[in-house]
Amino acid sequence: MADVIALTYEISPDDFTRAGEASSDVKSKLKQVGVSPAAIRKVAIAMYEGEINMVIHAKGGKITVEISPEEIRMILADRGPGIPNVEQAMQAGWSTAPDEVRSLGFGAGMGLPNMKKYTDNMSIETELGVGTTITMVVKL
Amino acid sequence: MTVEELIGKGIFQVVVEGDDLSREITGIFCCDLLSVAMGRAPSMSAWVTVMGNVNTIAVATLADVACVILAENAQPDDMCRARAQQQGVTLLATEEPVFEAALKVHQLIHG
Ligand SMILES: Nc1ncnc2c1ncn2[C@@H]1O[C@H](COP(=O)(O)OP(=O)(O)O)[C@@H](O)[C@H]1O
Ligand SMILES: [Mg+2]
Repeated sequence: MADVIALTYEISPDDFTRAGEASSDVKSKLKQVGVSPAAIRKVAIAMYEGEINMVIHAKGGKITVEISPEEIRMILADRGPGIPNVEQAMQAGWSTAPDEVRSLGFGAGMGLPNMKKYTDNMSIETELGVGTTITMVVKL
Repeated sequence: MTVEELIGKGIFQVVVEGDDLSREITGIFCCDLLSVAMGRAPSMSAWVTVMGNVNTIAVATLADVACVILAENAQPDDMCRARAQQQGVTLLATEEPVFEAALKVHQLIHG
């Protein structure tokens, strides 16, 4: 287990200006350890979408990224409102994002579908009023 | 065509010169929805959008596009400009609408 690198990030709520910093940092760290550009792109896209969702929908949270020789595992945990209907939320185009978020270019309802598309494995644990934990794996 | 060569044509206003001007531009991508651009903009593309906020730069970096072109005279806000500088993203601007801006790049690439 010694060759697993773990990174953690606190994501602050409602701060769009900082959204993307965690994903960018992971991206440059993956570059340093020699992960392929294709895998880096997948991780960057999936993590940014998850990060943005934590900012918009969930009052921030915590992201843990585990890098091993076999895979990159991203665990995004928030204490937001939870997702009432995961199947519906996963549909491309479904969004509850408010208008001001939309005017920034977000809220297209493509986040969760992108996260699924760009990872090899994605699971969502969510409980109303408690929070959501999304785990995504990109295989190397 | 490289980013430097595109800048050299003088058809776009240069807001920020990025770190890697030798990057090749092989295509164009047009969209304002960040999640769509994020998932679909090819790396090495010139991304044409009217969205001039700091998140545009985050998406440009993560999707690894060659440069961003703000069309329709969209003004990047200060934070967008600062982030582009910090991340080394080339940010260009034009008064042209999205289609015309993209068409110009297309014609330059394909002769
Ligand atoms: N972490 C989360 N906590 C609560 N709700 C969420 C979370 N992530 C996504 N959702 C819900 O799922 C919907 C779809 O998410 P997504 O596909 O990323 O689209 P968008 O963020 O553009 O609305 C959101 O509009 C929101 O209702
Ligand atoms: Mg989203």
